[in-house]
Order: sequence, then C-alpha cells, then structure tokens
Amino acid sequence: MRFHFKTSYDHDIRLFPDWWTFFVYGALLLVMVALPFLMDSFFLSEVTNVLIWAVAGLGLMLLTGTTGQVSLGHSAFMALGCYTCALLMNAGMSFIPAFILSGVITGLVGALIAVPVLRLHGVYLAIATLALAIITADIIVILRPWTGGVNGMFAPEIFIFGAEINRWVNPEYWYYMTLAIVVIITLIYVNLLRSPLGRAFAAVRDSEVSAQAMGIDVARTKTIAFGLSCGITGLGGALMGFFAGAFNNETFTFLLAIQLLMMIVVGGMGFIHGAFLGAIVIAFLPQGLSIVTDNVRFLNIPGLEFGVFGAVLIFFIVFEPMGLYGRWLKVRTWFELFPFARRDMFRRQKSYLKTERVR
Amino acid sequence: MSLLELKNVTLKFGGVTAVNDLTMSVEEGQVFALVGPNGAGKSTVFNMISRFYTPVTGSITFDGHDLLQRKADRVPQLGIARTFQNIELFERATVLQNLLVGRHRHRRTTLLEEMFFVGRSWNEERAHRHAVEEVIEFLDLQAYRDKYIMGLPYGVRKVVELARALSSKPRLLLLDEPASGLSVEETQDMRWWIDDIRRQMGITVLMVEHDMGLVGKVSDRVLALDGGKKLAEGTAAEVQKDPKVIEAYLGTGAISKTASAGGERV
Repeated sequence: MRFHFKTSYDHDIRLFPDWWTFFVYGALLLVMVALPFLMDSFFLSEVTNVLIWAVAGLGLMLLTGTTGQVSLGHSAFMALGCYTCALLMNAGMSFIPAFILSGVITGLVGALIAVPVLRLHGVYLAIATLALAIITADIIVILRPWTGGVNGMFAPEIFIFGAEINRWVNPEYWYYMTLAIVVIITLIYVNLLRSPLGRAFAAVRDSEVSAQAMGIDVARTKTIAFGLSCGITGLGGALMGFFAGAFNNETFTFLLAIQLLMMIVVGGMGFIHGAFLGAIVIAFLPQGLSIVTDNVRFLNIPGLEFGVFGAVLIFFIVFEPMGLYGRWLKVRTWFELFPFARRDMFRRQKSYLKTERVR
Repeated sequence: MSLLELKNVTLKFGGVTAVNDLTMSVEEGQVFALVGPNGAGKSTVFNMISRFYTPVTGSITFDGHDLLQRKADRVPQLGIARTFQNIELFERATVLQNLLVGRHRHRRTTLLEEMFFVGRSWNEERAHRHAVEEVIEFLDLQAYRDKYIMGLPYGVRKVVELARALSSKPRLLLLDEPASGLSVEETQDMRWWIDDIRRQMGITVLMVEHDMGLVGKVSDRVLALDGGKKLAEGTAAEVQKDPKVIEAYLGTGAISKTASAGGERV
C-alpha cells in the first residue's frame, strides 16, 4: 500500500498525488500519442470513436455521476452541439471557434432547459429528459431549412491552421484532434472536482438537505451542472456527427442517450475513469458481437445488439453497481489491505437513516 | 441584544401545531440546550432557524438580521452552521472533502477560474485546507482524513459532522443531538469539545440533547419543550426540578408521587 506523506497543502491540491501516478498517466499519454505509429487506420479510427464516446460520456458523468441528476435526454444536446457547429461553419466560421462556440451555446441552452426540468426528482426527471430526446428528432425535421430535415447534412470540412483534417485522408490528424479535446475536457473535469463547485456537485448528489445547510444554492448548482454537462456532451455530439461525415434526424435518437447512460453505469458511476472504461465497452461491444455472429450462425438475430446492451446494463446494476472502475478499486483495495480487507468496505449506508422529512 | 431571538413563533403542519407561540433568546457565548420528550418540537425549532421550515407567525432574528427573509442556503452566510440528528454526510466523498464543503460559504473563486484552476484558485484552496486542518487537529480526525464516509463507524461520522459544521467558522453552532448513539467515552469527548468550542473558539452553541448528564455539564441555560410549548427555562438544575417537566417526561403518576411526598394527593 502506498502512503502519501503530505508535507504541504499543495500535495493535496495537485493533479497527481505522487510521482508514481504522474508517471503512470504520463506513460499512458505517451502511448496514446504514439498510437498512430503502432496501428493501422482501421483500429485508429476505432480508438478515435472510443475517445468521442468518452467526451460525450464525460458530459453525462458530470451530471449523473457527480451531481446525481439522471438524464435520458442527452442525445438532444449531442444533436444541438453537432448542428450548431455545422451551421456556424457553414456561416463562414472556422472550426476551432465554431466548435468552442457550439459547446457554449449547447451549455447555455441546457442551463435554460434545466431551470424547469431540474425541479423534478428521480424518475420524473428521467421521463422529462426522455421526452426532450424524443422531440429533438421532430424538431430537426421541422427546422428543415437549417438542418436539412430527413435528408440530413454533410459535415463541413475541417481545417485547423490550414491543415485539412479528413477521416479518410489523414485519420491520424482526426485522432490527435480528438485526443487533444479529450485531454482538455478531462483536465477541466478534474479541476472542477478539486474546486468548491465540484465539491458542491457531490454534496448535492449525496444530501441536498445538508448541502443547503452548508450554504450551497441547490437549484443554482444543479443548473450549472446541467449546463456544463450539456456543453461537454454537445462537443461530443459535434465530434460524433463530424466523424460520421453526415447526420440527420435519425443520428441522434433517444437510443443514443440510453447508450450513454449505460456507458457510464458500466464504466463506473461517479468516476472519470468510468467514462473511459464505459466508452471502451460501448465502442467495442458491437464489433465483438459482429465477430461472434459471423461465426456462430444461430446467433445471427436482428436487434441482438440492443438485447445484449440491455443484458449488460442489468447485469451491472444488479451485480456491480459501481461499474468496472469500482471493481478495479475493490480489487486494488483488497490487495493493498491484504488480509484485512472487509467485505462491507464499499457498502453504502442504508437510506432509511437519512432525513427525508425536510425536503 | 441577544445573538439569536425567536419571538412568538408558531408552526403548524396541517392540524398539528408543532411549535406553539415559542419565545426564546440565546446570548452570545452561551451554550443553550433544548430538551423535551420525543415530538416536543425541538428539531422543528432547529429546522426553522436553518430555514427548512417557515413559521406561520412570529419572527426569528440573528444578530439583527431577519432570518425569515432568507432562503435556507443564505443562512450559513451569516455564520450559522448545523449538524443533523440522523447524520447527513456526503457519503461518497472523503472526510477532507466533506469538511471542505463546510467552507463553501467562503468560496470566492468564479466558475472560469475553477474550470482552468487559475487566478485565485490555488491560494483559495490552500486557505480552505488551512482552516479545515485546524478543525481536524482540534477534533483528532487526522487518522480519517482521506477515508471515505461510507466506510466509517457511526461514532466517527458524528464527529465528522461536527467538524464539517466547525469548518465554516460559524458564530452560532446548532447541534442536533450531538451525543445520540455515542458510547459513554465518546460522550465525554463530546462534552470537552463543546466546552472548548465555546471557550477557545468563542462560538455560541444551541443544542438539542436527551442526555441530561451532558446537558447539565455543558449548558448555561436550558429550555424544556413539550407539545411545541415552552415548559420551563433556566439552569439545568432548575429545569430538572420543575414539576411540569417531570410530568412531561414521567407522566402524571410521577407528579402525584412527588406531591404525596409533600403530604398532598393530586
């Protein structure tokens, strides 16, 4: 077991608690940077896909994992981010400002929607956000002059500092662009977590009553969380649409939102690592399934993919609510404390002890 | 002028009058205890002060500020911190993070500063940790600093909740049953801490407590409630001797026995 001998407050605040962690993440980043030299373009675009899912997942994780507000409507904000970015570029803006602005606009719209929606709790909130996801497809069709309706839109070509970034011509550029975006968003997420606002998010998730008693404006905090979450997911949506090359009203259906939710549950609710682990599962599961169904004839059933997704989700909710990252934490703790690890170390307090009277 | 004043406060839940025309005042530097049987309205008084409930009539002022004009999340700004009867900690966070949430009323960084951790962020975080570390030292929580709340035993959680309230550097501390569920030894510790909180930190304490041993040792002034009404007010000894208080706790039979000792039957 590693002990952190803290000699200053900065030890606590810094991104990495010790040199070992710094080297592990540094090595990971180096491997990621070197990846285009190690893989062919097919696998590279698969990894790019994982990173794009991770961006969208980080957005939902901020809302559901960190702030404790469920949303089944994040596909709506992916669509909003994607169409905003494309429209801004068609209006003559270059990619980088259009991309950033699309995140900001999606975030602001998300915060506006949050004001009425976040008055709801639990399952009602889920239903309200689900409705949002479903009407988005219709709105895209209705706004045909801008969105192209059912015919869809082609993603404008991306130029960054004069270099064309095209998935088919130079997939490694696409990959590096996505990697940079992922790193920046992860840093923002980590920075929030070590700041008062991030702690306020966690406080709202764990106990709204005592968050209020500590001086946290619960409604405001939830609204900010929703806005930030929508902004990040919007960026993920923009990347996803541009990576696909074309998108229409059927690209961002509510199934996408459910996949997002499944992704963070499988990865590990409330952990940044969880968003990435979930992204790996969700991006490679269809590939794995298609390999299986190609070889095993009787499994060749239409719609199998969603069935398997559902089964995986149920499996995790029942047997491993903390997800893959939670499992890793448990295994690590077991080894670190061997032989003193207790079974109930990760068990949460029963909710009947909570004060539900003041609400 | 008193630090905290409640004047003719009445609160009704439907047909139930939880608090009935209560008037009380807590002086600066006092340890003030609210006692009474279950359902007497003690916690309701707390929840009115921290503005989870709004009284039907009456006024509540803190240091000249009208508390009824404020929402619950604006109350801590004035320097009022509280604990809960059934521990309300942030389960999926460490002890340190819980205490840092207690510092929320001192937050001065903006959203953008926090997103990129620039500007005042570093110095603010250092200052928060410095303040929190003093509380950890005071309550001997060093061993638990980086532990998650979900793995901690009840007694420690109770102390962490006290620590979180103290982290905000309050002027008035509301303790809702600080000793409930604690062992004899832990109750002893709680007693010294409450003494020190008042003497060293100069914080006024208002507490609800059933353990009359603890109440008698730490409090300057005791108010007994029953059915939302004030029964008696005074020092712990005075209140314990009051016949109305004895009746509320032990029933009328007890009164007749005390009375018969004086040669008269009720």
